[in-house]
Amino acid sequence: MSPSTEPLTARAGGARRADPATPPVLSARGVHRRFGSLVVLEGIDIALAPGEALGIVGPNGAGKTTLLDILSGAQAPSEGSVTFQGQDVTRWKADRRCRRGIGRSHQVPRPFTGMTTYENVLVASVQGGSHRRGAAERHALGVLERCGMLAQANRPAAALTLLERKRLEMARALATDPQVLLLDEIAGGLTDAETDELIATIEQLRADGIAIVWIEHVIHALLRVIDRLVCLAQGRVLAEGEPDAVMSDPRVVEAYLGSAA
Amino acid sequence: MNWINAIVQGVMLGGVYALFACGLSLMFGVMRTVNLSHGDLAVLGAFLVAVLAAAVGISPFFAVLLVLPVMGLVGVALQRGILSTALRTGEMSSMLATFGLAIVLQNVLLEIFSADSRSLDVGSLATAGFQLGPSVSIPYLGALTVAVAVALLGGLQLLLARTGIGRAIRATAADADTAELVGIDSRRVYAWAAAIAVATAGLAGAFFAMRSSFSPSMGPTQLLFAFEVVVIGGLGSLWGTLAGGMVLGVAQTVGAQVDPRFSIVAGHAVFLAVLAFRPQGLLGMRRSRT
Repeated sequence: MSPSTEPLTARAGGARRADPATPPVLSARGVHRRFGSLVVLEGIDIALAPGEALGIVGPNGAGKTTLLDILSGAQAPSEGSVTFQGQDVTRWKADRRCRRGIGRSHQVPRPFTGMTTYENVLVASVQGGSHRRGAAERHALGVLERCGMLAQANRPAAALTLLERKRLEMARALATDPQVLLLDEIAGGLTDAETDELIATIEQLRADGIAIVWIEHVIHALLRVIDRLVCLAQGRVLAEGEPDAVMSDPRVVEAYLGSAA
Repeated sequence: MNWINAIVQGVMLGGVYALFACGLSLMFGVMRTVNLSHGDLAVLGAFLVAVLAAAVGISPFFAVLLVLPVMGLVGVALQRGILSTALRTGEMSSMLATFGLAIVLQNVLLEIFSADSRSLDVGSLATAGFQLGPSVSIPYLGALTVAVAVALLGGLQLLLARTGIGRAIRATAADADTAELVGIDSRRVYAWAAAIAVATAGLAGAFFAMRSSFSPSMGPTQLLFAFEVVVIGGLGSLWGTLAGGMVLGVAQTVGAQVDPRFSIVAGHAVFLAVLAFRPQGLLGMRRSRT
């Protein structure tokens, strides 16, 4: 399977079928990322259709988080370009991309310590979502409710449990009104019931038309949501396409699951 | 009763120290930058007020109001021109850069204004005051300084706690990279923080110059006191900065009451004691960076 910049048709029976003619909302072309002699990404081409849910899997060190960093603007690519809504945003800093509609959650939650849960979300609502005063407050409370964090609103973010921090991470990204949401391993460490809740929340976001790029090691959670799957290995796209087909691709099985599989 | 008077005078002195420390504390809290030119920027503010008051023939208090926005712009220039580049290469670079700026500022001021001491003429207000009991006198200027310090630190506390820019500043201080991912322009936040910090340095310099003489070389001493105030009060706490200023001021005046030679030493001793027994400062919390 060769890497493609065209958004692929969604999985058969999936929630959404992306029209191949629709221009991608977010795409990366020919992205390389090097740290000195270490090559982390080597010629990545991916594209995300509006409203599509794209999963990314790959063994540790495959370059998944680096790719998300490059899409969100936290890192600049050594080569290649990132396009969002038809505009080249390669040189845009993360805050500008966020205000334009790219939201991001971290693998290890990074709440603003010294602020309450509500303040964490409010600051994102005002700065990233460009809401003003009363509207910003209502939006922040709405997002907290959606993520099941309303009861924790006035607690210091530093005092939250891991699950609550993960929810806050999601709430804060949602408060910026993203059109594309980049999720980095949010299901890790959750119980089955918590994972079900998380998936229900993500399905709701999709229903609202938000496109999602989701890096996840918890494959069964990922496969319940995504339309399309990309497997990265050693900084390259190893396989891409219909999720079940990618997961059963012998190269993916070997690279991702190792010889034990 | 002289002891009570010494304490009261210490609180007045503490008002000036709290003003000095306010900007230093803010800049360190937000950008993790120890601005070693902070004292010299305060002296620059004092000279600007003196020159403006003399040239236009206005009261130094009115001149301060005009100089504050200028100092704010100096802060933005400092951030955009020096610190933003230096911060990218580490905290040590920004310290060295501000150390260099301190030397440049001192020498430029020396070249323009000579090494002579001067003071800001505030007329009869410099000496006027009212008696509180037989041996305690409250100078109006000292009371005004304390009132300004309380209003400034209280106002900044409110700004940080209640306003959008305040929350953006706190988010950036906690984690600048993540702040950018929720749409906060850290460059803008840093520019705001630097503008506020340098403007308050100018305010502190002006109030210092109203109560005692000043010269181009006094910056480093004021920086040292401001640094002690921040440590005594506790990093990250503006009320701590106010308390730290009072503690240092009272330590110096009570030390002077014992023996005039002990004034400065007593302040340093309290600073070292806090560092040894309560390193997080009087009102500071143990910080953990995640």
